[in-house]
Amino acid sequence: MTQTITIGNAPVEIMNRFDLSQRLVRLLKNDEAVVAGIGNTNFDLWAAGRRPQNFYMLGSMGLAFPIALGVAIAQPKRHVIGLEGDGSLLMQLGALATIAAHKAQNLTMIVWDNQSYQITGAQPTATARVTDIVDVARGCGIKQSLWARSPDDFEAQVKKAITGGEKTLIAAKTDKEPPRGQTHRDPVLIRENFMQGLGVRSAKTFAPD
Amino acid sequence: MRRARLHYRHFEGTTAVQTGAAGSTSRMIQERRHMAETAPSSWFDIAIAALKRNEVKLITFVPDRVLTPLIKGLEGDPYFEVIGTTREEEAVGIVSGAWMGGVRGAVLMQTSGFATLPNVIASLLVPYQIPAILIVSERGTLGEFNIGQALVCRTMRPVLDSLATEHHTVTRIDEFDFILDRSIQQAVKTQSPATLILSPLLTGGKVL
Ligand SMILES: Cc1ncc(C[n+]2csc(CCOP(=O)(O)OP(=O)(O)O)c2C)c(N)n1
Repeated sequence: MTQTITIGNAPVEIMNRFDLSQRLVRLLKNDEAVVAGIGNTNFDLWAAGRRPQNFYMLGSMGLAFPIALGVAIAQPKRHVIGLEGDGSLLMQLGALATIAAHKAQNLTMIVWDNQSYQITGAQPTATARVTDIVDVARGCGIKQSLWARSPDDFEAQVKKAITGGEKTLIAAKTDKEPPRGQTHRDPVLIRENFMQGLGVRSAKTFAPD
Repeated sequence: MRRARLHYRHFEGTTAVQTGAAGSTSRMIQERRHMAETAPSSWFDIAIAALKRNEVKLITFVPDRVLTPLIKGLEGDPYFEVIGTTREEEAVGIVSGAWMGGVRGAVLMQTSGFATLPNVIASLLVPYQIPAILIVSERGTLGEFNIGQALVCRTMRPVLDSLATEHHTVTRIDEFDFILDRSIQQAVKTQSPATLILSPLLTGGKVL
């Protein structure tokens, strides 16, 4: 049974983070970079399929979007996607203002809003009661900020964001299912793999001549 | 060109002492005069030259009064992309992403801004081996008037030491280029962050 909640007089489906992560990865055709925030966000990205262009964070709550902006600045021809939980984003809301003010448009921000700090015991965040992430992002100046209303709508919004030439924030209401995997926790390997995926480092350094 | 000149300037004192500078006084005076005319003369021009020479293109910052001429100078130079952020953690995040994408960056902040960073230094810069350059205007010492600043200042070096990360306090203008230049190079080659603490002895500090 699909559950829905009403946002802005229209129903929004409560979706599954792993399912949406898989849908996202399937849509990536041009080596887009993906920076995934602490905890469940990067666990489900990991479980959705490893790619050299994925970066998995092991801490630094709320920095997925700033890191994604940095990648987008360094590589203006590549599209960059940041994935962040609602709790993490609430910790660094100022980042939305910084990103809104910046000229980079090759950036898509995706928020998994399960209305809780799920990984630390599912305590409710402010989004469970009063705070609307999309309104916050719009207020910060990110004009293209919207709710994904169903998994199909999510895919349509992601496609549009990747090709649309305008930075976009997509928020999805997600359920309380646990993540489907655990990221391998070697930060140097994660970073090196990512830099190779972005073409900054060569994968051939240790290859036989 | 500029690099050789600046480094020569740094070593000049040593050379002069070693050779006793016999018979070369007038040449030295001439060279000094030449260098004074061509080398950057203010601490912030030295910083801009060293950042540029080391291809540190992306600068993120949270404002500080003492850093204002440096920020203005960087913003006025098209070589740099300069981004004001709402918080220092965010500034470090942006520079980290850019470095992984192939662009070097530095973060400018004051002492109290640094005090917000231990979590991100310990969970991002150090474990992922990201050579972010942190440039801190030192408040809270040598004539500070705000007790809060003074206490915050005392947390900075213990934090840096506890994470075993490279840091230098710059007090003299004639040493600044050398310290900044070498620290950037070392950070990149050893893949570790480096912190430069700019003492009021260098910058003049904040005067009421
Ligand atoms: C600065 C900081 N404070 C607290 C924590 C503990 N912590 C780790 S993950 C997390 C919750 C993350 O919530 P959210 O981003 O919504 O992701 P979810 O767990 O719901 O998937 C918290 C509080 C931390 N890692 N860092």
